[in-house]
Amino acid sequence: MRVALFATCLGDTMFPAAPKATVQVLERLGCEVEFPAAQTCCGQMHTNTGYRKQAKSSVRTFVDAFAGYDAVVAPSGSCVASVRHQHAMVADGDRKLGRAVAEVAPRVHELSEFLMDVLGVTDVGAYFPHRVTYHPTCHSARLLRVGDRPLRLLRAVRSLELVELPAAEQCCGFGGTFALKNPDVSVAMGADKARHVRETDAEVLCAGDNSCLMHIGGLLSRQRSGIRVMHLAEILASAEGADR
Amino acid sequence: MPAFPQAAKQELANSQLRHNLANATSTIRHKRAEVVGELDDWAQLREAGAAIKSHTLSNLDTYLERFEEAVTAAGGTVHWARDAAEANRIVVDLVRATGEREVVKVKSMATQEIELNEALQDAGIDAWETDLAELIVQLGHDTPSHILVPAIHRNRAEIREIFQQEMGKVGTPAPADLTDEPARLAEAARRHLREKFLRAKVAVSGANFAVAETGSLVVVESEGNGRMCLTLPETLISVVGIEKLVPRWQDLEVFLQLLPRSSTGERMNPYTSTWTGVTPGDGPQSFHVVLLDNGRTNALADEIGRQALRCIRCSACLNVCPVYERTGGHAYGSVYPGPIGAVLTPQLRGTTSEVDKALPYASSLCGACYDVCPVAINIPDLLVHLRTRVVEEHRGWQSKPMDALMSMASWVLGDSRRLAAAQKVASLSRRVIGRKGTIGRLPPPLSRWTDARDAPAPAEETFRTWWERNRGSDSR
Ligand code: SF4
Repeated sequence: MRVALFATCLGDTMFPAAPKATVQVLERLGCEVEFPAAQTCCGQMHTNTGYRKQAKSSVRTFVDAFAGYDAVVAPSGSCVASVRHQHAMVADGDRKLGRAVAEVAPRVHELSEFLMDVLGVTDVGAYFPHRVTYHPTCHSARLLRVGDRPLRLLRAVRSLELVELPAAEQCCGFGGTFALKNPDVSVAMGADKARHVRETDAEVLCAGDNSCLMHIGGLLSRQRSGIRVMHLAEILASAEGADR
Repeated sequence: MPAFPQAAKQELANSQLRHNLANATSTIRHKRAEVVGELDDWAQLREAGAAIKSHTLSNLDTYLERFEEAVTAAGGTVHWARDAAEANRIVVDLVRATGEREVVKVKSMATQEIELNEALQDAGIDAWETDLAELIVQLGHDTPSHILVPAIHRNRAEIREIFQQEMGKVGTPAPADLTDEPARLAEAARRHLREKFLRAKVAVSGANFAVAETGSLVVVESEGNGRMCLTLPETLISVVGIEKLVPRWQDLEVFLQLLPRSSTGERMNPYTSTWTGVTPGDGPQSFHVVLLDNGRTNALADEIGRQALRCIRCSACLNVCPVYERTGGHAYGSVYPGPIGAVLTPQLRGTTSEVDKALPYASSLCGACYDVCPVAINIPDLLVHLRTRVVEEHRGWQSKPMDALMSMASWVLGDSRRLAAAQKVASLSRRVIGRKGTIGRLPPPLSRWTDARDAPAPAEETFRTWWERNRGSDSR
């Protein structure tokens, strides 16, 4: 199967391990992965902050880059939610862009959805001998309704010990520019999330969104907790004998 | 009143408040989830609730006229109020006409919104709140911080304090040996209020629903104090937002299931009072409805924003909101706090003040509010919609750095070559700023991130470069 990877701007620039791992997992499962080089960003940061006009260039770039692919996969629930849910909002009034969005958006999948719903795979052949807890990010959980897909994928990883995160469904407080516009509330929410993560005694906090992990991880790191944050794709890419 | 970010910061420093709120909201959250889970047809009920309200709002002119006819036919009088000042004037004049100097009140958001108590006070009329939580707030010279549980920010010990110090100044004092047991506190409130109920000749209420076909008003409450207000006095004045209408009596079937489960996590609320006009020899003999606009037609004019008027004030969205849970209601600077306040208030009041401009941003867009809303108001989408309005109406308003950041980011992200160039700069900066892969402090506005969180340094090699190095620039 020919699959286009949407690395996301954050994944591309700050956290390349996640898109790299996504490529590894997809290729291991027999997909032919392409990286349309014209891609940039989903435009979510602009849309969500109220800069809808400025989001338009990103949306246009996105539909141009991914037009014509049967499937697009991204290691970010929140960016996929933005594509599926907000691109039409941004295109509002622009008929041509609106049509392009309607063409592309339904073919864009979050990683866990793609693995389970499209490829029909739960066991991706990963090996990760560590204690892991999982944070369901709000946009994966509430906008995409990925449900327990990530948990089922993690449970199928050999030697991985999955521990439940208390109050898992509560928002971590990242919220895009919310973290800058309301830093005190954002940190208060993140601090509770970080406390719950520490309570699990996990070595690794896993999630499907690097943005939320950047926020929670930033707090865990400031607290010198020693807990690593990893994207779901990175864990699924780990294999016996591979380094890490 | 400072805007949300600053107000929130102050409230966050109050650890007692955070503790009280976390306890109260988590208890009620769980109760709600349980009783909602009992109904197999919750999704359909919710759809029905949303549909009835949407339909009513789209035909509001018709239903308002029908309501006025029905009220008049039943012996009541309808008054129309464009704004708070007009509504207050109408109520003050009505009370004055009775010759009375005090009124009892059943908890009402509409009268809080127009600050009726203050207007009455200025006219030399005392208004006594009779809802237990409202009484606590009033005696404590405080303002409500929750739609349904106005004193949610207070704990039992604080309430005992307030009762002992304040009740005696305005009526029957609290017993000297008052403890902070809930039953004892309720008893003190009951004794204090009884005197007021038995004396009052005029009552002021709001309404949860107004039925167009019959001209009936409905008040839903837990304590029975509302019922006392609605039945004992000779004159009843109800101040009702025009969005409270439902077309038919039959529609109550839907809302009387949705409301108690969503609000208090009860299957049925303890007291549901309905009244229609006047009945000779039974209850108030003079009845007035003040239909309040106060910004509602502005909201109605906004096709997307309009859905906020479906709200039945159940407060479920407050109780699940992680932002509300940490800041409490006062930080929102509005009688409607929490997620619904953040979308309703800027529509009612406009977005000119600093407080109102900041409200659509007082959310992390986690979406928990939309999930629980019994009339399916898409609060996260509305927040985004209103943020767009704020940005378009007030370019450069609060945060020049944010505007600059957004414009720059938009330019960079509009084209992959520009993004790749920016990534090169970012990767280089890593050598300067991030020795261990994390960044200590960044300049404003990014300092708002790094003050409390480490930030990752940009990757040494972007994904894009890695891909080109390993796979070549194949596809397009
Ligand atoms: S917005 Fe919905 S959940 Fe919130 S108070 Fe109104 S009806 Fe209840």
